[in-house]
Amino acid sequence: MNDHEIRNISSTRLFIQNFSRKKLGVACVIIVSLIYLVGIFAPILAPYDYSETNLLKTQAGPDFENLLGTDRLGRDILSRVIWGIQTTVIVTITGLLTGSLILGLFLGLLAGFYKGIFDFIVMRTGELVSSFPDILLIILLAATLRPRITNLFYQIEDNLNISGLISSGIIDYLVIGIALLPLSWFGTMRLIRAQVFSIREIEYVQSARTSGASTIRIVTRHILPNVISPLIVTSTFGLGAVALSEVILSFFGLGVQPPRPSLGAMLSDVSGRGGASVSVLTNHPEQLLSPIIVIWIMIFCWNIIGDALTDILNPKKN
Amino acid sequence: MLKYIFRRLIWMPILLLFVSLIVFILGVYGPGDPVEVQLGNNYDEVNAERIREKMGLNDPILLQWARYIGNAVTGDFGESYVFKNRAVSELLIPKLIVSAKLNIISFAIAISLGIPLGFYAAINYGSSKDPFVVILSLFFYAMPVFFTAPLLILIFALQLDLVPAAGWGGVFDKRIILPALTVGIPGAAVFVRLIRASMLEVLDSDYIKLARAKGVSEIKVLWKHAFRNAMLPVVTIMGFSLAGLFGGSLIVEILYGIPGVGRISLDSVYSRDYPVIMAIVLLGSSALVIANLIIDFIYTLVDPRIEMQ
Repeated sequence: MNDHEIRNISSTRLFIQNFSRKKLGVACVIIVSLIYLVGIFAPILAPYDYSETNLLKTQAGPDFENLLGTDRLGRDILSRVIWGIQTTVIVTITGLLTGSLILGLFLGLLAGFYKGIFDFIVMRTGELVSSFPDILLIILLAATLRPRITNLFYQIEDNLNISGLISSGIIDYLVIGIALLPLSWFGTMRLIRAQVFSIREIEYVQSARTSGASTIRIVTRHILPNVISPLIVTSTFGLGAVALSEVILSFFGLGVQPPRPSLGAMLSDVSGRGGASVSVLTNHPEQLLSPIIVIWIMIFCWNIIGDALTDILNPKKN
Repeated sequence: MLKYIFRRLIWMPILLLFVSLIVFILGVYGPGDPVEVQLGNNYDEVNAERIREKMGLNDPILLQWARYIGNAVTGDFGESYVFKNRAVSELLIPKLIVSAKLNIISFAIAISLGIPLGFYAAINYGSSKDPFVVILSLFFYAMPVFFTAPLLILIFALQLDLVPAAGWGGVFDKRIILPALTVGIPGAAVFVRLIRASMLEVLDSDYIKLARAKGVSEIKVLWKHAFRNAMLPVVTIMGFSLAGLFGGSLIVEILYGIPGVGRISLDSVYSRDYPVIMAIVLLGSSALVIANLIIDFIYTLVDPRIEMQ
């Protein structure tokens, strides 16, 4: 390849070219996308409603009516898994938007650009948050926040005379979202900050500044394009952890509340918070395995994707 | 360097003060009234008010917090709300020991599986053995413990009848095997990836090329030059794994019915036993912060190129 050709390939195209060489990575992107599509189109795809019970047919094995069988209340497991995936989709996308993109990117850019006291406060806050044992902090936040947030929503419903806000399950997502915030933002923020530190000293940024470019222009034209790739990598790494944390929270009854479905809530529902999981595994393996396989594939794929991205975007290894 | 150490040492207690303040505020504004928890069915307003006054719950929150910190420094974390007249420290220490034992055994399993496998994958870079090891380790890493635990119990306890299914009897009891494997196997996967990445980076460096070029035997290159340097980043994760005694085995302890910190932290969150929660979070954070500091020092000692700022 000569110089001329190199210049003509955009970085996005180069990235796609490199990524498509990672066969396993591509396979995982496809699998994760499929799982996410299933979650997004849950209302269409799920054969039954997630809370529809059939007490005449409980603990049934797989058949043509219920492809993965039914649970102890006669609810269709396949439908509950599909709706549970929707919960995962909502939680991970909220986590990505709030934690990584808004807080991580925004604070990272600000801290990197303005340095000084702002940088100091953000960094120390981050250190403070990351010095908590994370799973404990998540559990503690979820447990303490829920009653406050629930009260708040009752007040809102009363004052505005609307209903359906609480029954829509928004409280669950809000509680989970806030509880998971400490998990995701600091890593992204620190990375973006470091990137900004190094980029702002590069000659072309300096010269852009001396020629009078505004801060916003420098950030959007020169700094943002350079931090996009590390942002993608850290966010991808975080998403697996966010999905798993929701499963754990819901497993302990602190996340999504019944009857709304979540993969974690399904696990605790069939196994009695773990106590009866062995008997479930022997008697009704499909009840335990259906949610577990989805979680397993998802965590596996997120990690493979993360590895593939690091391989491509880490210039040291190329 | 001295200045750096000094700054870190000053910053550490401040950090922990803030940690405790956050948990304290969560405790005060969170749901549940400690007096209600304590009185249970015998709750009446007059009595409750008397106890509140006695416990100092009517004082300003910062004063309560200061009092709590003053006591905590001397090792007194107050009394549990739920277990009457039991000091939190007396309640927690046995649980801490249990969790520490489980985690140390799991950690031993993780490094003894993970380091050789990661090393093996790295020296086979380019052949099909490398991706095989990597994918296999990720496969186990992603395996949810909600599945590993019942599966191991089913196979080894119920089918093969080699070990009891659940319970706790200390390090030299057969019952530690399954939970330690459940924690250790995903842990091993972390080390596989870490050692592999670290080895690959070292093997690509100039001094390894020089060593090979001047005819140092391959075994000597790998062991003496590469492996020891590749262990450096591993030190970090080792430190954090050991400091993570508090959260790492939470779910596994619950799935196997092990009376460790995991069990009691969850129970105290459910029953709003804030003195216990606060002590656990404070101890956990202290462990993390101290581990962080020690790791930094070891880093500078092992690798003089790293300068602290």
